Amino acid sequence: MIDHFDPVMVDWARAQFALTAMYHWIFVPLTLGLSFLCAFFETIYVRTGNEDWKRLTRFWMKLFGINFAIGVATGIILEFEFGTNWSNYSWMVGDIFGAPLAIEGIVAFFLEATFFAVMFFGWDRVSKRFHLVSTWMVAIGSNLSALWILVANAWMQHPTGMKFNPDAARFEMQNVMEVILSPVAISKFTHTTSSSFLLASLFVISVSCWYLLKKRHILLAKRSITVAATFGLIAAIFTAATGDEAAFAVAKHQPMKLAAFEGLWHGEKGAGIVAAGIPNPDKKPGDSEQAFSFEVRIPGLLSILAKRSASAYVPGINDLVFGNPEHGIVGAEQRIELGKKAITALAEYKKAQKNKDTAGMETALATFDQYREHLGYGYLSDPAEAVPPVAISFYSFHIMVILGTFFIFLCIAFLAGALKGKLENLTVLQLAGVTTFFLALIASQAGWVVAEVGRQPWTIQDLLPVSVARSNLTADTVKTTFFMFLGLFTLLLLAEIRIMTTQIGKGPEED
Amino acid sequence: MIGNLDTATLQHLWWLLCSVVGSLFLFLTFVQGGQTLLWQIAKTDIEKDMVINSLGRKWELTFTTLVLFGGALFAAFPKFYATSFGGAYWVWMVILFTFIIQAVSYEYRKKPGNLLGARIYELFLFINGSLGILLIGAAIGTFFTGSNFVLNDYNLVKWTSSLRGLEAAFNFFNVSLGIFLVFHARTLGSLYLTNNLDFTGMPDFEKRVRTGALVNLLCGLPFLLYVLGMLAFMKGYAIDQDTGRVFMESGKYLHNLLAMPAVSAMLAGGLVLVIAGVVLNAFSRSRAGIWLAGPGTVLTGLALLLTAGYNNTPFYPSKADLQSSLTIFNASSSHYTLSAMTYVAMVIPIVLAYIAWVWYLMDRGKLKAEDVTAQEDSY
Ligand code: HEM
Repeated sequence: MIDHFDPVMVDWARAQFALTAMYHWIFVPLTLGLSFLCAFFETIYVRTGNEDWKRLTRFWMKLFGINFAIGVATGIILEFEFGTNWSNYSWMVGDIFGAPLAIEGIVAFFLEATFFAVMFFGWDRVSKRFHLVSTWMVAIGSNLSALWILVANAWMQHPTGMKFNPDAARFEMQNVMEVILSPVAISKFTHTTSSSFLLASLFVISVSCWYLLKKRHILLAKRSITVAATFGLIAAIFTAATGDEAAFAVAKHQPMKLAAFEGLWHGEKGAGIVAAGIPNPDKKPGDSEQAFSFEVRIPGLLSILAKRSASAYVPGINDLVFGNPEHGIVGAEQRIELGKKAITALAEYKKAQKNKDTAGMETALATFDQYREHLGYGYLSDPAEAVPPVAISFYSFHIMVILGTFFIFLCIAFLAGALKGKLENLTVLQLAGVTTFFLALIASQAGWVVAEVGRQPWTIQDLLPVSVARSNLTADTVKTTFFMFLGLFTLLLLAEIRIMTTQIGKGPEED
Repeated sequence: MIGNLDTATLQHLWWLLCSVVGSLFLFLTFVQGGQTLLWQIAKTDIEKDMVINSLGRKWELTFTTLVLFGGALFAAFPKFYATSFGGAYWVWMVILFTFIIQAVSYEYRKKPGNLLGARIYELFLFINGSLGILLIGAAIGTFFTGSNFVLNDYNLVKWTSSLRGLEAAFNFFNVSLGIFLVFHARTLGSLYLTNNLDFTGMPDFEKRVRTGALVNLLCGLPFLLYVLGMLAFMKGYAIDQDTGRVFMESGKYLHNLLAMPAVSAMLAGGLVLVIAGVVLNAFSRSRAGIWLAGPGTVLTGLALLLTAGYNNTPFYPSKADLQSSLTIFNASSSHYTLSAMTYVAMVIPIVLAYIAWVWYLMDRGKLKAEDVTAQEDSY
C-alpha cells in the first residue's frame, strides 16, 4: 500500500516516538501516583485538622505542580505524532484508535485541568471540603486519562473488535466494548497505574530520606514515609501480580514478545526461566549458536507463568519463525507467503472496483478474506524481521522484574522502620531510600521498552508493520524534528531538575 | 436511538461538534492574547505577576480544548488527521512547538533555579500567543483556500509543496485570517483581564488593560474585513451533489451563507456581540465585556467552520488535485464509530457544567495584588 518505503525514515520516526514517549514517561508515572499521595495527605489534614499535615500536603503539591507542567508539555506532541509521523497508521485505524483519544480528552483532561487550578489556587477561595474533592478529582482525572491512552495502546498490542473494510482500505470498529474491556487493556492499565503508584511512593521516600540524612524536616519526612511506604507496599505487590497477569496475556497474544524477553529460542514443555543471564548477541534464527553465554535457570517456571501449568509447551523464537506443525504453529516464513496473497488480492479488488467488475471484486475479496489474518506479514521480506531485538527485550524485562522484587522488600523495611519509630537511626536504609527513586525510573522505563521494543516489527500486532504505518516524509525532515525535540526536551528537563532540587532544598514553607 | 441516525446526519453532527470545540478554543485564546499583551499593559513586576497569575488559572483549559479539538477530529474525521498532520507537517510542528514551550512557562517563570530566567519564559509565552495563533489562523485559512496534496487509492498522502504546510503562511487570505486571530485574541485577553483583576489602587493599570481591547479590535478590523470580503467573492470549492465530484464555484461561500440563514445569523450576531463587548469595555465601567465578546467569538467561529464544511463544501480542499479534497462524507469514521462517539459526547454538557461552576467559584473574588505577592503557590 505504501509504494516507496524508506527504512531510514522509519527508523527516525521510531526514534522520535521513543524519544518523546520516554521523556514523557519520566514525568507521567510521578503525576499518576503523586496525585493520589497528595489526596491521601490532604485527607489526613481535613480529618485531623492538623496544620502540619496541610503544610506537608502543600509541599508535595508544589513538587507535583512542577512535574505536572513538563508532563503536559511533553505529552501534547505524542498525540499529534500519530498524525505527523504515522499518518498511514492514523488513516488505517483512526476509526478505532481515534475514539479513545477523543474520550480521554472529554472525560479526563478537563477533569484534570479544571480542578488543577482549584488544587493550587483555591486554598482560600473554596471550602476545605471542596478543595479536598478537587484534589481527588485531579488524581482520578489523571488516572482516567491513563486508562484511555492505555486502552489505545493495548489495542495495538492485541487488535480486537474491528474488521477490515477493503473499500476504504482501513480497519473499522465493530465493537467498542471489546476494545475497552480487552484483557490486554485491563492488564496494561492495572500494571501501569500500580507501578506508577509505586514509583511515586518511592519518590516521596527518596526525598524524605534525604531530609532524614540531612536531619532536616524530620517530622515531615517520617510522616511522609509512613504514608508512602504503606501505599508503596500495596502498589508493589499489585505491580508484581498485575505484571504476572501481563506476562500471561503476552504469552497468549504476542508469543514472539514473550520468547524474546525470556530469550527462549527453542520451544519446550516445562520451559524454565532464566533468572539471570547474558544473551548471545550474535545468535540468529535457525542457527546453532548458544543462546546464552551465561545463565542461571529455574526449571518449569516459565510454563507456569505463561500458561499456568508446569508442563505446558511454550513456543520459542525459532518455532515462531519457521513454524512447528507438531504444536500447530504457523511460522513467520509461511505467513509472509500467505500475507503476500492477501496484499495481491486487495490490489486486485481495487482494480476490479475501478473497472466496475463486480464478479472480480467478489473473487478478490474472497481470497483476501482467506488470508487477511496474515496481512501484515506480507509486508515483511525476511522471516527474521519478525523477531524483535532479543537482548534489549531480555535485559529490560529482567531489570524490571528484579527491581520490582527488590521494591517489595524495601517497602516492607520502611514500613517496619516507620511503625517501630526507628527511621531516624537507620542510615543504611536512608541511603537506600535516597537512590530508590532512580531505580524506580529505570524499572518503569524498562517496562515500556519491553512492551514496545518487544512488539517490533509491528505497529499493530500481525496487521501493520512500522514500515507501512509511516507518513510520506523524507528521513531528513523527521531527523530535523527529532533533534529539535531532543534539544528542547533536554533543556526543559534540566530546568525541571534544577527547579525541583531547589524546591526540595528549600523544603516546606515556614518551617 | 443514536444508532438509527443515518451516516450523513452523524457526519453533520460531528462536524458541528468539532466546530463547537474549535470555536470554544478561539474564545479561550484570550489566554494567548493576554500573553502577548504582557509587555504593553503591565509596567511593574506586580502588574506582570497579576496578569500571569490570572491567565495562569486558565491556560490549561485552552490547552486542553486544543488537544480535544485534535482528538475529536482524529476520532470523527481520521482522514483529515492523517492528511493534514502527515502532510502539512511543518506548520503543525511549529504550532505544537509553541504550545510545548507555553506549557512549562507559567510554572517555571518565577521559580528559583529555572535555568533560563523569567524573561525567556515570558518570551515563550509571547511566541505562543503570536506565532502559534498566527499559524493556527493560517491553517484554518486553508479550509477555504485549499492545500497541496494528492491522495492515492489507499488514501496515502502526497504533499506537493516542499514547504510542507508552511506555504499556507504565504497566502494573503490565510495570513490575514491569522493576523486577525492574533489581534482578536489580544482583544479577548484584555477583556478577560478587565473582568478578572482587581484594580483597586491601580487606575493606570486598569486604563491600559481596558484600552487594549479597543485598540486591538481596530487593528484587527482591516484584516477581518479583507477575510469577509474575500469569502463573499472568492471562488470556492464545491461538491457536485449528483456525482460527488469537487469543482470550483464562484461565490461558493457567499452561496453557503445565503443557503444557511442560521449560519449567516450566527456570523452577524457573533460579530455584533464582539463589537458590543469591546464598546462596553471601553466606554463604561462594566467588566462584562468578555461575556459578550466570548460568546460572540464562539458564534463567529462556528459560522466560519460551518461555512467551510456544510452545504456540500469540502472542508479540506486540495488545490493540487480537486478530487482528493476531503469532505465530511469521505473523511469521516464509520457509522458505528460515529454513533458510539455520539453517546460519549453526551457527557459534554456535564463537563461544561463543572467547568462553569469551578470558574464561578474561583473567580467570585477578583485577583488582587496581594494574592500574587503573599501566596506561596502563585506563578
Ligand atoms: C515485579 C515483577 C514485574 C513483572 C512480572 C512485570 C511484568 C511486565 C510485563 C510482562 C510487561 C509487558 C506487558 C506488555 O508487553 O504488554 C510489563 C510492562 C511494564 N512494566 Fe512491569 N513487571 C514487573 C515490575 C514492574 C515494576 C517494578 C515497574 C515500575 C516501577 C514496572 C513497570 C512497567 C511498565 C511501565 C510497563 C509498560 C506498560 C505495560 O505494558 O503494562 N513493572 N511488566
